[in-house]
Amino acid sequence: MSELPLIGEAVAIAAEPRLAGARIGVVTFPGTLDDRDAARAIRLAGASAISLWHADTELGEVDAVVIPGGFSYGDYLRAGAIARFAPLMTRIIDAANSEAKLPVLGICNGFQILTESHLLPGSMIKNDHLKFNCSNQILRVENNTTAWTSDYALDQEIAIPLKNQDGQYIADEKTLDALEAENRVVFRYVGANPNGSRRSIAGISNAAGNVVGLMPHPEHAVEAGYGPETPGGAGGIDGLGFFTSILTKIVGGAK
Amino acid sequence: MSLETNRKFNIDTVENAEKTPDTELPWAELGLKKNEFDEVVKVLGRRPTGAELAMYSVMWSEHCSYKSSKNHLRQFGEKVTEEMKKDMLVGIGENAGVTNLGDGWAVTFKIESHNSPSFVEPYQGAATGIGGIVRDIISMGARPVAVMDPLRFGAIDHPDTARVMHGAVAGIGGYGNSLGLPNIGGEMVFDSVYQGNPLVNALAVGVMRHEDIRLANASGKGNKVVLFGARTGGDGIGGASVLASESFDDTKPSKRPAVQVGDPFAEKVLIECCLELFKGSLVEGIQDLGAAGISCATSELASNGDGGMEVELTSVLLRDPSLTPGEILMSESQERMMAVVTPENIEAFEAVMDKWAVEYSWLGEVTDSGRLIITWDGAVIVDVDPRTVAHDGPVYDRPYARPDWQDALQADSFTGSVQDAGRPAAPAQLAAAVTELISSPNMCSKSWITKQYDRYVGGNTALAFPDDAGVIRVDEETGLGVALATDANGRYTFLDPYHGAQLALAEAYRNVATSGAVPMAVSDCLNFGSPEDPDVMWQLAEAIRGLSDACMVLGIPVTGGNVSLYNQTGSTPIHPSPVVAVLGKFDDVARRTPSGWQEDGQAIYLLGTTAAELDGSEWSNLRGHLGGLPPKVDLAAERELGEILINASRDGMIDSAHDLSEGGLAAALVESSLRYGVGARIALQDLMDRDGVDLFTALFSETQARAIVGVPRSEEVRFNDMCTARGFMHLRIGVVDADSGILDINGVEDLALDALNEAHEGTLPKYFG
Repeated sequence: MSELPLIGEAVAIAAEPRLAGARIGVVTFPGTLDDRDAARAIRLAGASAISLWHADTELGEVDAVVIPGGFSYGDYLRAGAIARFAPLMTRIIDAANSEAKLPVLGICNGFQILTESHLLPGSMIKNDHLKFNCSNQILRVENNTTAWTSDYALDQEIAIPLKNQDGQYIADEKTLDALEAENRVVFRYVGANPNGSRRSIAGISNAAGNVVGLMPHPEHAVEAGYGPETPGGAGGIDGLGFFTSILTKIVGGAK
Repeated sequence: MSLETNRKFNIDTVENAEKTPDTELPWAELGLKKNEFDEVVKVLGRRPTGAELAMYSVMWSEHCSYKSSKNHLRQFGEKVTEEMKKDMLVGIGENAGVTNLGDGWAVTFKIESHNSPSFVEPYQGAATGIGGIVRDIISMGARPVAVMDPLRFGAIDHPDTARVMHGAVAGIGGYGNSLGLPNIGGEMVFDSVYQGNPLVNALAVGVMRHEDIRLANASGKGNKVVLFGARTGGDGIGGASVLASESFDDTKPSKRPAVQVGDPFAEKVLIECCLELFKGSLVEGIQDLGAAGISCATSELASNGDGGMEVELTSVLLRDPSLTPGEILMSESQERMMAVVTPENIEAFEAVMDKWAVEYSWLGEVTDSGRLIITWDGAVIVDVDPRTVAHDGPVYDRPYARPDWQDALQADSFTGSVQDAGRPAAPAQLAAAVTELISSPNMCSKSWITKQYDRYVGGNTALAFPDDAGVIRVDEETGLGVALATDANGRYTFLDPYHGAQLALAEAYRNVATSGAVPMAVSDCLNFGSPEDPDVMWQLAEAIRGLSDACMVLGIPVTGGNVSLYNQTGSTPIHPSPVVAVLGKFDDVARRTPSGWQEDGQAIYLLGTTAAELDGSEWSNLRGHLGGLPPKVDLAAERELGEILINASRDGMIDSAHDLSEGGLAAALVESSLRYGVGARIALQDLMDRDGVDLFTALFSETQARAIVGVPRSEEVRFNDMCTARGFMHLRIGVVDADSGILDINGVEDLALDALNEAHEGTLPKYFG
């Protein structure tokens, strides 16, 4: 298992050895697109990104897993419907449900794969306006006790790029009520609902809080000047908290 | 690997062709002229077989052979100095040109047209336009890193425009987004001249290490030829109806669709799989399959290499087993590549294919015979010198002459015309004029389109639409990066093709420099009408002459491109539309300059002088006038302006910069305000006094070689000194007013940013939902 190849060299980080010892896997399916970006985000947070291949039958030594965005297998069927059957997904599902509760983050297509895998409830359908939508989206963090959100303040508003075609989150009313009651709505869209998602839900967690899925892309808001636009290009790193949160959990204690 | 071949075709072998010299062949239906068919017979010394005829007809087509433009295009190779060549690693003629970026990095980019298919079937036409240009980039050994798409459609309110617009934009997004390539810019122009002939051009850019550069040639006798990727189907066959004559069976589809159907997932997998092949140095030569499919790939690979190749056509994996040999040779099915692999690397090659679950079939091998031999179940159906197919096609010196209407057109100036009556002058009229301009079809916000494209994927997008240029970081360690802009102005070029083409180059050059990058190379997509019309041929000849002359002056070479002719409806051609892409380089993309004003109190400077140049302008377009002469070209001033913008960016003297082009100063002021929702106070009296123009002209003239910049107070002295030392006209015209929410131009009624934004953003949703 090697580092994912970037276009250029990896962003240089003077990582603390303690942090760099944390190994976070990034899964690549045929058609995955944002795997390099997820790996970069992990490195920028200080951890080591480990490349995982969909056909692998063992998960190896990883402390957490990110399932990044893209169009796995082209998403010609329901998004994520084929990827869910990859050998590696079986391992990930088992590990997420095990005693050890492997932390798993599904972003965009990753979120779709997690719902197809039944690690998270509900499903995603085509945006209500039927078009691909790429925009800077404000989210409200409604649960900061999950493995992936502990570094955010409750009700903090963060700017994260949203880019998808099938981003409308749906579930039956009973499931939605249960998600709300169990505090499992982790992110909600602020302002106009960008895709018709039920109750403006942008991201949810499982009951234990180790599995989180969301449609927006935190890995595209980790480096100033390459994420959501702000005058001067100075901001735009609201997504980094996902990756520092999981590091805090893995290495324990203060960052 | 070979499929069974119980296909019962009446195979026209070379042996048969020799025995039956008088067989009637459907050369006319395949698009060949009588003299061209006679030439094929002369080259071969006999009549061609059906398969050979298929190959020559597609490879000698205007699209593949450049037969009408070749004589003129030579100028791009001739008007080049040693200085211009110093960074060119691969020039015109390969799949795409390659330019040295330094630090061992190279960049390759190219722009191409996909106009006709995008009119017939906008979604697939536009999608496969992206697919094709991306494969050109992969073929050079590069990882594609971004795409752009200049679009030109008919009138915004014509009922058919929405069909083309929705389809093309969705197709570009649907394909490009699925490849993980950020879309970083382009153009959108509405004009009724494009009603029956929209222009859908696509640009792709890729990066590689020097040692990874690959060329399309088949060298090394005994090396194996492999076809991989998607299977070959019946899509994209130009003149297929004719080939039915090859078959005994007339129950199969007699008319294959001419538009290709794209599968972006297959292309994404192909990208990763090719990069893995390059990394392992597993291919000797590689060529994508685009126009003319296997005909093109085999003949180009063979003629660029040792000159010989033998291929068994029944080994080609098919989607549709009823395809005839001619159809297989002509099919333009997407997502296919052909490579040459040494016998030692076969196993490793197959392992990469298996990892990515990509289908492949070994078709034959490289020979030193100087012949391209294609067999069907062992029977020879093609035996040609591949050069005669790929490179020695007909070349025409088409007659051309300045149209007899050109003088009258150029004499018809906007100023003083009927359409110029009631020119706005009062503050309220001017405010209304500014609002009308920035909400007009060509000047309105394009975010309805760009929101449908992923601009973030890859994590290296430093600037994208609506900034002047798209900027991509190449090396994450050093910040080395590239900037790209495409421009064309069909109206200017219609008025004066020589200078119009230069204006397109000047604007793209200026856009790249405005972002802070040093312009390095050019790729062009020349969209014109029928070369058989002497008027159009004159426009083409003049545009190429103008463009190549201007490249010399600016010192940047053309490294590749594409010519698209016959863009016309009936006998009415489109406006001549040379779309010019300029590539620039950043040592560190952190130095990029965005187009929007930022900090309160920063000074706003206008660089360059303003003349009364309204002919061909967006304002005259809004008033329904097209005549006169386009703005004057001043390449020396463009170069000087470029250096100022680049130095100012490098030395941190400016925080924003926006070029002045269509819509003039009025459009630029509004766009810089709306970029981040930051207002400004502007006074143009000094400008009017200095340049001798009125307020309307100051706002709406489209004089070239101008830009507005935002200068931090601490940098004003240094910035002024630099402009003065360079003798370049510069004038402080205002100050950034971050909190006012107003664009306040002296003599113009206050423009509230909220209202401007609503007007600017509202147009495309109003027409397209």
